[in-house]
Amino acid sequence: MNIPFEKYTLANGLDVLLHEDHGCPIVAVNLWYHVGSKNEVPGRTGFAHLFEHLMFEGSAHHDHGYFQPLQGAGGTLNGSTNADRTNYWEVVPANALELALWMESDRMGFLLPALTDAKFTNQRDVVLNERRQNYENRPYGLAPMVMLAALFPPDHPYHWTTIGEIDDLHAARLDDVRQFFSTYYHPANASLALAGDIDPGQALALARAYFEDIPAGPAVAAVRPPMPTLTGETRLLHEDRVELPRLYMAWHTPAMFAAGDADLDLAADILANGKTSRLYKRLVFEQRIATDVSAAQNSREVSGFLQIAATAAPGHHLTEIETAIIEEVAGLAVDGPSADEMDRGRVQAESQFMFRLQSVGGFGGKSDQLNAYNTLLGDPAYFPRDLERYQVVTRASLMGTVDRYLQNNRRVALSVVPRGRPELGLPGSTTAEVS
Amino acid sequence: MSRIPDPRVAVPPVDRSKLPAPGAGRAFRFPDIEKSVLPGGLRVWTIAHPSIPLTSLLLLIKRGAAADPRGREGLAAMTVDMLDEGSGDRTAIQLHEALAAIGAQLDSDIGPDAALIGTTVLSRFAERALHLLSDMVVRPSMREADFTRVRQLRLHRLVQLRDMPAALADRTFTNLLYGSHPYGHTPLGNERSLADMSVEDVRAFHADVLRPSETTLVAVGDCDHATMVRLAADAFADWRGTAAAAAPFDDELPHPARLNVIPRPGAPQSEVRIGHVAVPRNTPDYHALVAANMVLGGQFVSRINLNLREDKGFTYGARTSFDFRQQPGPFMLQVSVHTEATGRAIEESIAEIGDIRGRRPVTADELAMGVAALTRGYARSFETAEQIARAVTQLVLHDLPDDYFAQFVPAVERITPADVMRAAERHLHPDRLTTLIVGDLEIIGASLSELGLGEPVVLPAAV
Repeated sequence: MNIPFEKYTLANGLDVLLHEDHGCPIVAVNLWYHVGSKNEVPGRTGFAHLFEHLMFEGSAHHDHGYFQPLQGAGGTLNGSTNADRTNYWEVVPANALELALWMESDRMGFLLPALTDAKFTNQRDVVLNERRQNYENRPYGLAPMVMLAALFPPDHPYHWTTIGEIDDLHAARLDDVRQFFSTYYHPANASLALAGDIDPGQALALARAYFEDIPAGPAVAAVRPPMPTLTGETRLLHEDRVELPRLYMAWHTPAMFAAGDADLDLAADILANGKTSRLYKRLVFEQRIATDVSAAQNSREVSGFLQIAATAAPGHHLTEIETAIIEEVAGLAVDGPSADEMDRGRVQAESQFMFRLQSVGGFGGKSDQLNAYNTLLGDPAYFPRDLERYQVVTRASLMGTVDRYLQNNRRVALSVVPRGRPELGLPGSTTAEVS
Repeated sequence: MSRIPDPRVAVPPVDRSKLPAPGAGRAFRFPDIEKSVLPGGLRVWTIAHPSIPLTSLLLLIKRGAAADPRGREGLAAMTVDMLDEGSGDRTAIQLHEALAAIGAQLDSDIGPDAALIGTTVLSRFAERALHLLSDMVVRPSMREADFTRVRQLRLHRLVQLRDMPAALADRTFTNLLYGSHPYGHTPLGNERSLADMSVEDVRAFHADVLRPSETTLVAVGDCDHATMVRLAADAFADWRGTAAAAAPFDDELPHPARLNVIPRPGAPQSEVRIGHVAVPRNTPDYHALVAANMVLGGQFVSRINLNLREDKGFTYGARTSFDFRQQPGPFMLQVSVHTEATGRAIEESIAEIGDIRGRRPVTADELAMGVAALTRGYARSFETAEQIARAVTQLVLHDLPDDYFAQFVPAVERITPADVMRAAERHLHPDRLTTLIVGDLEIIGASLSELGLGEPVVLPAAV
């Protein structure tokens, strides 16, 4: 299993990755900029994502919005921002590859001349709507803000969410946009993947034609904040418009691809993902004190956190759920996974990686994966080694990793409870500040 | 290992004064469907898609939530939910361990007209996956204790939905448009119908409705037809029977108020639904309506999204859709807007729906844009085995011909602006549109009275 590719680096520093797959007459164009909310500073949070919106509002040689020509050519497109990177993609019929490259290169090379205050204000309003729709007006929607703020100190760039603070979004100015573009949106900070029904020679020639003349831009310093530590247990409470209380518990864990990351991915599955998981069996199936349970090792570029969440069934208190989580985590550290759990983990990893080979484009498609490996590791050939990380996990390594990172006395426990019912949270919790 | 491009290779010239026109499209051909029927009645349809050693296995059952008996709303969905709660001697957990041991994630889905259960697996596990699907669909345990637990989880889910504005809006809007009609409830059912339901109801529904006569196995992957038929015949050997006849759809549709509000004090956004009952899937105007929706609200560059999002900044996104079903399904606009913009957003939306019938004629360019989006990118929808399998289930569900996908592109390309406006005039009725808002009535109330839709009817946040 792998994603065969050719990699070229243009004179201006742009990496170009080419992958042939003639199964379907389509081409994926995928462009990563190595900038995310981790590159923001307090007081200007939410900016990387707001900027992503502006990338769809036209550039110097096509100042009419980004969607029309590409959708008109039969393409589909999107972009997204997370803490570590911003990605943009188009999936177009094979005959529209040049159009997509024209469009992507024009906004890389010529965005600012077309930028106006009106566009900026409009997209800031759209983002404020996005924030209201997906966070403020959604049950439990502010929990990620509270959790990140508790896990990471105010000067750590994972302290805030990618959507940003409302006040910061209002404080953003057009000059900030210009500065941000000049700092981060240039070839040497980007990686372009073309995958699908291409001729690699022609595709490279087109990529050169459209991107080679864009100036390289300044080097971007890596963001390497000190590893955060928790010295005790933090108990927080947030009252929200919800019917059932939910407990979120989180620990600091290794960064993406670092030692222990894969062990914790598997541990999260064994603990709380799916009906075969230990906490589902105990809390939802047998004792019926929770309505749902889930877990994820959220690994990011410079550090990670593993979070378990469970919603209490009516009439049950979060303390019952807390006890179960603590016991199951400790049990996994002491007794380890069963042989069946290890076997299932290996088969599931193999299946998941095979599923990842099905699509050339879009979020998670082969072009996106090549760019992820290239941007975060400098190694687009990493796919098989990524799978190997899961295959080499042993019972002993998993136990040791769980024991090292998921310590009872170094965690954050957040209770989200119905408004006016703070007694439904874990005892001793402090009310979280959240906007 | 990174290489420097060979500088001797010529680079084509770039002209930024105009966008490059796409060259000729490469032909796309939908793969052949091979069909068999097992002695018990189960249809087996397969498509070879050999690029990756994965196989998608989907069982489509042509009965959905519209088959729920009155007073037992949610029964079809509950029955599907009970399928993976154990089989033979195996408990629910053991069944899921068996699925996990082959890396399979169960995928089940239920709509008004059909239910779907299936999985995508590494091809070497296709036989085991078929046997597990058979265990679930043919021999589910349907134990009372499991039923009680699953029903309880579902009731908890309903409680939680009260606080999810989008879900609350969808559930209430469905009921406003259809009332007691079989389409008048979402598959989840409601608190009363679930409370009244027993495991006997579920067993009876399974026995009467989930029969091979209504079911098609769609298998797509690197498998040949003969092998898949042999495996399916083995796995489903003892499954027989004909489903009881479906109840007729003879309920009258209600006449809902034009303007309805579920108050949500303090809500920062208003969740809005606007629509009416429209057309069934077999309408001769199908392609014209699909094209009309692309112009009106089916994609980012459609009129309503450009107006509400890109021009006004009222929302993160607005979209419209025709839900084409066996019986007339809803036309609906879905949008979440900033509370302060609620009245204006509704006014603009209703005006856009009216305008496409002729007041603001569909231009050739607009239509070309929508048609191109539908046709030029058509191949994209058939990239993975699961995409192809899901597409085929649409052929099964709506009795469409095998060459339906081959004919779609030319059929849409024949549509003219006049066709679009004629279809819009025939099937979109601005004076019949019903609007539902989940939002802060205190703040939006004044702007609502100016809409000319009458005083808003206040509805409870009941699910």
